[in-house]
This record gives sequence, structure tokens and C-alpha cells, in this order.
Amino acid sequence: MNAVAKHMKNRNILVPILATIIALVFGAIIMLIAGYNPVIAYQSLLNKVFGSAYDIGEVIRAIIPLLLSGFAVALANKAGLLNIGVDGQITIGAVASLLVGTLVDFPPIIHGFTALTVGVIAGGLWGVLIAYLKTRFTINEVISSIMLNYVALYLSHMLIRGIVPQEGSQRSALIQDSASISLNSLSELLNGARVHWGLFITPLIIFGFYYFFNKTRYGYETEVVGLNNHAAHYAGIKVNRIITRTMFISGAIGGLIGVFDTLGVYKYMAISTSTSGVGFDGVAIALLGGNTTIGTTLSGVLIGVLKYGSQGMQFGAGVPSEIIGMIISLIIFFVAAPGLVKKLLPNMEHTKKEVQ
Amino acid sequence: MKKQLAVMFVLILGLFLVACGNEGGTTSTSDGEQASIGMVTDLGSVNDKSFNQSAWEGLQKLKEDHGYDVKYLEPQSDAEVEPSLLQFVNNKTDLTWATAATLEDAVKNIAETNPDAKLGIVDSALEGVANVVSVSFKENEGAFLAGVVAGTMTESDKVGFVGGMEIPVIQRFHAGFAAGVKAVNPDAEVLVNYVGAFNRVDMGKSAAATMYDAGVDIIFHASGGTGNGIFNEAQERFNAGKQVWVIGVDKDQSLEFGNDITLTSMMKYVDQAVYDISHEALTGQFPGGEVVRLGLNENGVGLADTSDINVSQEVLSKVEEYKEEIINGNIEVPETP
Repeated sequence: MNAVAKHMKNRNILVPILATIIALVFGAIIMLIAGYNPVIAYQSLLNKVFGSAYDIGEVIRAIIPLLLSGFAVALANKAGLLNIGVDGQITIGAVASLLVGTLVDFPPIIHGFTALTVGVIAGGLWGVLIAYLKTRFTINEVISSIMLNYVALYLSHMLIRGIVPQEGSQRSALIQDSASISLNSLSELLNGARVHWGLFITPLIIFGFYYFFNKTRYGYETEVVGLNNHAAHYAGIKVNRIITRTMFISGAIGGLIGVFDTLGVYKYMAISTSTSGVGFDGVAIALLGGNTTIGTTLSGVLIGVLKYGSQGMQFGAGVPSEIIGMIISLIIFFVAAPGLVKKLLPNMEHTKKEVQ
Repeated sequence: MKKQLAVMFVLILGLFLVACGNEGGTTSTSDGEQASIGMVTDLGSVNDKSFNQSAWEGLQKLKEDHGYDVKYLEPQSDAEVEPSLLQFVNNKTDLTWATAATLEDAVKNIAETNPDAKLGIVDSALEGVANVVSVSFKENEGAFLAGVVAGTMTESDKVGFVGGMEIPVIQRFHAGFAAGVKAVNPDAEVLVNYVGAFNRVDMGKSAAATMYDAGVDIIFHASGGTGNGIFNEAQERFNAGKQVWVIGVDKDQSLEFGNDITLTSMMKYVDQAVYDISHEALTGQFPGGEVVRLGLNENGVGLADTSDINVSQEVLSKVEEYKEEIINGNIEVPETP
């Protein structure tokens, strides 16, 4: 453990890792108390995630929206904005791509690409709406973004029922085959797992996030605004423009999630009673990852694995899915309460000095 | 400092030891040649006090009577439905049930890509897929009887219907109920609200509040877990000294919510259907590709046995008359409102 601490130069990395371990231990204790076997449970979790080609494909399918959502939130966080409206941006992106995917006739790939682009832009504009309310009327983005989630949800119901309904069911008509962005041959290889273009686009987004904040002036401006927007204004940075730009990109990433689900996974859009909640997972993931590229990536993967694997726990050890919900919440709890975890850390730092 | 770490290590180690110790005892992983049945719920849970729970009770009874290995999975989102079904299929489960019409697309997909697997779906009329048996209930017939009770017993001449989603299954409840009310009480008004969800207790509660405020005294619901909110609202009003009624659905809901507010329940014997068809399937007579339709005649639907607590004998004999008429074919109950 001391050696590990020595190599962990950054305490910020250590905190989430420790939080995760502690949460898993707590989860095991809860399972023991409830009368389930935690070893079998965690085994079946891993088995569910890596057990077959299908599961590997599906866990990727499950991780992609969480990753993107994490980065959408992290991006806004960097500019000092809390975008909890990713759910709404997902919905708008999904419904926009759905409409293009069903109503328009284009050749394959071009159709998918067009629908994807329209969905992304629609999601971005939904984000810009939040930025506009903030910059023009100083409405707090937390309030406007969460309320706009409902507007987005019911707008999607109206559009689905009004324009592309499927009789006798709670969903839209199917998109045209030409608009599909599934990777069919890879999907066959993975026994039908629903993999799509997101497999390639998501890494690009992650790299783009890294590049934007580490190599470009725009990223630097964004961070300055996030640190202190008055100082940024004084330094001659056009704060409002940066808020708008950030919310556009953040919303566009949100829109992309909806596009992937609609064109790549379901091929239709369900009339659901609530938004997916992926946007709120994104808040947790960005928090867990400390808004960094590596951190957000790792935490997105972790939460995705836990969420997907929870079915395995239910199947293999009979553990109710509520327990895995508790474990995920515990991880976030321990990360959000770093004081608890850091109580262990100062000791480690002493150790480090002793060793050196 | 090292002490703290050491304590943690011991804790973790101890935990795993304890856990390993359990392995041999409680959780035996070897189910051997035991026939197995799986069940995937809709986005509700197996404790929804409604159709999911009913199906699960059917499976638990199978376990008791025949020792079958039964398991369920509760997908947390639409995306998880297919992986959940596949989890059973890939584990060579002998029969996998999907408990709701909303799972139809997923069942069809999985059945077509896994022709060796046997699947069943409740509340669906999925025809012509050789390895899927669909169970469809004539809810309209049972709901008609509930309508007869409501139409006769209402004092305000206003009754309500709360539906989960506006899909064919629920429309059958609606149509049958409205027809039953009209048959005995042409003046009565039927207020209708489709809340759009089977798992939103809050929406059920507000839908009920709106109806009771509008003068409705009996609400019939077909909304799964959402309906719990209706009972909730009715109970609050009862506690405040105002008598309002709810007609339960799927199961005998008076057992759950008490006789103060539950007038009767329209039974939908999902448990019995799941029980019978599972047993048939596992003993070599799998009715694949068929739609099994269960109505009053087949005892697939009806009113709860406990109805006589709150419903008078005269009303019940009237119900009995209508039941005969429906079985004889003298009354044709509409399927759509």
C-alpha cells in the first residue's frame, strides 16, 4: 500500500479510487447483512460484463452514453456552469434525429450522417437556449436546464404522436434502414450486441476534450471563465460568448447521446414518462472524475460496468438491483465527502516521506 | 497510521473469508437437470402489487409444486430489456417470460435470433413466431363486470377510469368498463384519464384527486403500480371521513389496500396462466406460435372472491347474469372505446 501511495503522485486520483474500494466493501457488507454472498455477487458482475462477446459489446453500448454525458457535464463545469439539463439535450437530439431518420429519403450512410448532424445541432441549440436565458436574463442555468428537461420531454411526446406515431404502442415508427448507424458486421461478430458509430466517435470526443483544454486558447479561455468570470471579463474575455459556446458544445454532446440511442440502439424513440436519467449520471461521473479527461473516462467506464453488471448480480447471486444502486450511490457519496476518505490519506503522505 | 490500514485489510480479508465460508452452504449454484424458468419484468418491479407480481407468484407456485428453478430480472431501462432476456436465453433457461406488452419488440428480436429458445409474453398477441407463446386476456369481459358493479353502486352517477398507457390492452379495460357502466346505468358519466405510465405512483395519486374532486365516487384503474397512488388518495379521503371507492385490477387488491376503500377487484389470472402454460411447456406441450386467449369462459378474468364484503348480493347476482350473457355470446363486449 505504501508503494502504491508513493506512485500516486496525485491525491486527486487516490481519493476516487479509495472511495470506490470503500464503497465496494460497504456494498459487500450490506449484501452479507441482507443474506447474499458478495463473492458470488461480484464474480457474477464481472462475469456478466466480460463473460461473452455479446456482453462485451453491450457493455460498450451501455458505457458510451455515460461517458458522453460525463464529458458534457465536465465541459460545462470547466466554464463554471452546472449543466444538469443533459437529459433534455439527449431528448431533443434523439427526437431531431428520429424525424430526419424517418421522414427524409437519403442513401445509406449519408442519411445516417445527416440525421446525426441534425440531432447534434439540435441538442447544441437546446444548450444555447439555456445559455441565452443565463446571459440575457441572468436565469441560473441549474434551474432553467432542469425545467427545460420537462419541456424537451413533452415536446418529444408531441412530435412523436403528431408526426411519426406507431399505432397501438408507446413509441414512434421505426427509422428507415438507411438512417441506421449500427455497425452491422461487428454486431454480428458480437452475437447481435447493439454497437454503433459511437464506438469511434466517443474516443474522438474524449480526445477532443483533452486537446481543447490542454492545447487550445479556447479551452484556456473557458477555464478562466470558470475560475472567475469577473476576472475573465476584466482581462478582456467575452464571457457571454464563451458561456454560449460552452453550452452549445455541451448540449451537442448531449444530443449525440440521443442520436446514438435512436439511430444506433433502438431504431425508434419511446414515449417514456420521464427522461432517461443519463444526464444526472453524467453529473456524478464528472464529479467522480474531477472534470479531468482520464478521471471522467475511468469513472464513466466504472459506472457503466457497475450498471450493466448489476443484472449479472441479480441473476447470479439473487442480489436485487437496488443494492447495486446503493453501491453506486456510496461511491459518489465517498467522493463527494472527501473528508472521510482523506482521513486515511495524510497518513500515507507521512509514510511516503518516511520511505523516501 | 499503519494501524488504520491494517484494520482495513483485516476487515476486507475477514469479509472475504466469511463470504467464502457461505459459498458451500446457502447458495448452491448447481441446479443440475432441474428445469428452469426465467421472467423479465417491464420497467416496474416484481413487487408492483399488480401484473409483474402476479406473474412472479405463478412462478413461485411452480417452484413449490414442481421444484422448478425460477428467477427474475428487472431491467432498469429500455436498453436493458434485450440483455436481460438474453441472459436467460444464453443460460439455456427452458422458458423465459416477458410480463408486459411493452417488451414485445425485444421478445420478437430475441426469439428470431435464438430459434432454439422458448419464450412467452403476457398481454401480447404476437402471432406466428414459432418459439413464442403469447397470452392475451379478454380484459374487456372482466372489466364489463366491474362496470356493472360501478354503474349500479355509484351515487353521484360519475365513475372514473384511470389507464396506464393508451395501448390496446388497456383500451380493452376501458372499453369493457364503459360498456358495463352504460349497460346498467345509461345516465352515468365515465371520466377517463390515461396517465401514460405504469410506474408513477405520484401521477396515479393526482389523477385520482382530480377525479374525486370532480364528483366521481368510484374509480376503476388499469395502471399497474401507478394505481397504488389511487388507493393512496382514496385512503386519505376515507381517513378524512369521505367514502370513495377504488376497483382494483389484476390481483385481489383488497388484500393489499383493505376493504375500506377497495370495492372489488377485476381479477386477471396472470399467475394461473403463467403457471399452466409454463407447466405445459416444460412437460413437452409448448404451444409455440399460438396466442392463448383467456376470457370469462376460460376463467382467465373475473371479479375477486372477496367482492361480497362491499358489494351487495343483489348486485352480485346481477353481475352473475351479465356474466352468463357474455359467455353465451348474447352480449358482445367491445374491445376499443
